[in-house]
Amino acid sequence: MDFMVFQYPMISVQACLDGILLGILFALIAYGMALQWGVMNIINIAQGDLVILGGYIAYFMYLYGIHPAWGVIVAPVIMYFVGIAIYKLVINKVVDRDLFISILATFGISILFMQLMNFAFGADVVLANSDYGTTMLFNNNVVLPNSKIFSAFISILFAICLVIYMKKSKLGRAIRATAQNARAAKILGVDTEKVYAATFGINAALCGVAGALISITFTIHPYMGLPYTIRSFMIVIVAGLGNLPGVAMSGMGLGVFEEFADYILGTEFRIGSVFLLLVLILIYRRFKLSRKREYLK
Amino acid sequence: MKNNSILYIGILIFGIAAPFVFPAFKVQLSILCVLIVLATTWNIQGGEMGYNSFGNILFYGLGMYLCASVQVGMFFPLAEWTESGGEKTFVHTPAQFFQGMAVGLLVAAVVPTIVAGLIGYSILGLRGHYFAICTLGLGVAAGEISGGIEIIGAGQGFTTPPFPDVGSLDSRGEFFYFLSFFVLVLTFITVRGIYTTRFKLILNAIRDNEDKAEAMGIETMKYKIIGWMISAFFCGLAGGIMGGLVGYIDSTDVAFDGREMGVFMVLMAILGGKGTLWGPIIGATVFHIFKEGFWTFFLGWQYVALGVLIVVIVIYFPEGIMGWLREKYPERFGEVVDEKDRKAQVELK
Repeated sequence: MDFMVFQYPMISVQACLDGILLGILFALIAYGMALQWGVMNIINIAQGDLVILGGYIAYFMYLYGIHPAWGVIVAPVIMYFVGIAIYKLVINKVVDRDLFISILATFGISILFMQLMNFAFGADVVLANSDYGTTMLFNNNVVLPNSKIFSAFISILFAICLVIYMKKSKLGRAIRATAQNARAAKILGVDTEKVYAATFGINAALCGVAGALISITFTIHPYMGLPYTIRSFMIVIVAGLGNLPGVAMSGMGLGVFEEFADYILGTEFRIGSVFLLLVLILIYRRFKLSRKREYLK
Repeated sequence: MKNNSILYIGILIFGIAAPFVFPAFKVQLSILCVLIVLATTWNIQGGEMGYNSFGNILFYGLGMYLCASVQVGMFFPLAEWTESGGEKTFVHTPAQFFQGMAVGLLVAAVVPTIVAGLIGYSILGLRGHYFAICTLGLGVAAGEISGGIEIIGAGQGFTTPPFPDVGSLDSRGEFFYFLSFFVLVLTFITVRGIYTTRFKLILNAIRDNEDKAEAMGIETMKYKIIGWMISAFFCGLAGGIMGGLVGYIDSTDVAFDGREMGVFMVLMAILGGKGTLWGPIIGATVFHIFKEGFWTFFLGWQYVALGVLIVVIVIYFPEGIMGWLREKYPERFGEVVDEKDRKAQVELK
């Protein structure tokens, strides 16, 4: 336990700013999860592993001398096709089945990806150095790496583009129609199979963007996927499906919570506190819902 | 009925004779017993109750840590033991070892049961995938948190007391084999006993439609918690034995190993057939033979094989071996087949 954070207010400011910038990234991943959850009613445990895979794409560009920021454009393109391939091979067989089947199947994909990445890229913690420098604020008391600001900016940009795409384009409208009522959409001539594939592809592409940004700002490691899945799941259940401002807000809240947990409890409990928070939120939600049920009775 | 008792006696004799017939496989057989216990108890809520938990690994790991800590802590200072990192500064005498193990296993069984009872009310109120993800989170959180606690070894692990020198070299294997076989028999008797009572019907009612079961006047929450507590009891015991068997406890790789043991127990139950008495046993045996027989061929690729195996089993074989047998030989399961109806259904397909 370390209460430095309360004695020096600047550390709090630092933690808040770090957390918000980090939370915007989480919100981007969670947006992808909300999309496929809403449309296909599937919880993808492999979400975090798709993020890490996207991160490795940017990392390899960095190794071959290309600036890793270009990964933001390359990673989603590659990840889109990876997503489509996963959909064609596995997900389309579990879409209409029991929810637990889809959780277990994607858990299997997650283990598979984890190991394949471990073989292909090694078990080292890596990062792609972007050389963006840092920004000093408040009399040099708060240090913000420019790469974090860059990643938050890019995340917001992608989220806005996607929202506009979902509102205006034909495919976006088809996706929203399928989310509302898949059967009715099918009757009215929407090729739901195609819509599902596209949704999963878009989700994977979003993960790719987020992963590329994470490889620039933080570090990546083949086994770090599951916490990202849990974070995005948590953000989605707090915000609700199809509530974009809510996703952004709860993403930032989670980011700030994590930074403070890091300062107060110590770094070794950071991931543990995220998982514990998930359990607490689910329990809170359960008691809130049961009160509502009793009231209805 | 007569057939069944012959079968049980046959299995019992085989179980007792096994370590002497296959002396090289004693450790493998003990692990098989532990796996069967885990799969069978997972089946109580996963198969019969319809609450698919990834979190039984919590009780398994808890039991493992508790048994080892009690076994050490009864005679020696625990902090110094873990600090010395398994160097032989303290040595258990045989009497101390067995006393410690007995008390440790008792604690390892009782505390997880109490924990399950305490958290059961909040967690079992969750439905469907919320329950699955919540228990997944519980298991991982326990692993991460126990990896940060100094007194039980934190990141560097905890060496369980080595088996004392009682004369023969084989005694370690035999001791752990008979211990795990005893727990297996105990589990089987308990579960079989449960499955003949009304309790099983209530669990099935919860699986089929919980709201209706509640409307029929069943206190579903009470039975859900009891079901989970039974699972926790045996998971804790299995964990305690496994800790002694492996000889080394690491927070995320041995105790709260959601990626291995946590998935194995679900997979074994599904492979054998959820919601049957024999399914998890057959599933665990097949899975263990497959794992030990073929793991060495994959050498390093075993997790890739595991991932593929999960996906294939879940997608193409969700009914499991028992479900397949049931479809193939319905008469054996006491089901009367209407030949006309079956033909009509085949034609429809």
